[in-house]
Amino acid sequence: MRLQYPTNVKIVRVPCTGKVDVIHIMRAFEKGADGVAVIGCLEGECHFNAGNLMARRRVEQAQKVLETVGVGGERAQMYNLSSSEGPLFAQYATAMTEKIKALGPNPIRTAKNKAA
Amino acid sequence: MIVADKKPIEEIIEYLKDHKNILVLGCNECVTVCEAGGKKEVGVLASALRMYASKEGKEVKIDEMTLERQCDREYLDELRDSIDQYDAVVSLACGVGVQFTAEQYHDKPVYPGVNTCFMGATEERGLWTERCQGCGQCILATTGGICPVARCAKRLFNGPCGGSTTGRCEINTEVDCAWQLIVDRLKALDRLDEYEELCPLKDWSTDRAGGPRKVVREDVQQ
Repeated sequence: MRLQYPTNVKIVRVPCTGKVDVIHIMRAFEKGADGVAVIGCLEGECHFNAGNLMARRRVEQAQKVLETVGVGGERAQMYNLSSSEGPLFAQYATAMTEKIKALGPNPIRTAKNKAA
Repeated sequence: MIVADKKPIEEIIEYLKDHKNILVLGCNECVTVCEAGGKKEVGVLASALRMYASKEGKEVKIDEMTLERQCDREYLDELRDSIDQYDAVVSLACGVGVQFTAEQYHDKPVYPGVNTCFMGATEERGLWTERCQGCGQCILATTGGICPVARCAKRLFNGPCGGSTTGRCEINTEVDCAWQLIVDRLKALDRLDEYEELCPLKDWSTDRAGGPRKVVREDVQQ
């Protein structure tokens, strides 16, 4: 397919999005990530029944916390696709990158750089 | 177990605005089960506080620790060597844990990180309901195992009030009438005749009305 998607996307593989917890998303931002996209299987098609649904709720929880601390809830997003949908993955990666670019860098990293 | 709910992070941030070295202290018991103050919640809160501090340009050290229990001196002693490096503690235990930690470490401000709600059970993940008010004189034997003290809005002891409609309480149609539950249960147990027996006046001195309570058991004291 040789699809192109932005090179700044770092992929962290998990066995199921149900494995992703709020703390994983939080740590990513604490360490300076500008955005986190959790990409799970299509809803209703989780091999473990509800992994992707749990992931969605956890992303929503993380969004609330991030909003409260001033990082911005929209920096964490949940997407769904089927594993054979390569073009859709590239589309999501591009859309997420554009969204984050519009939001600017992670304010925590900016504040830390300023302090240093 | 004791059921607690998360406190808004904004409230905790406000408590901690003047502190520079903070310990977020979790508890491995009840609050872990009700997902309000266990190791995971400690991690998320500490991370949120660290992010907030960084964003505000403040240099604040925030550490995490989770004890087996905070309502036991034995476990609180684990803090003895490290407590001096902190100028405040946020305890994610129930109100008992917060107070016991504060009693143990007199010169450290200990702030509550959760709202302690009641003694209850896990109906399903994310849903906890009240079952006991610790009145000090259990009458469950005569009420089919359903407590009118905790589950009847009026704490009635001899049948429902006039507000019971189709098995629901008048305070809220989502709340079961405790006495309807008791009657149904006694019927299922084939003990409905017990419903006819009048319950005598309850001695409320063992409840909160008698002030803070204690249990003394000389047989197990050392």
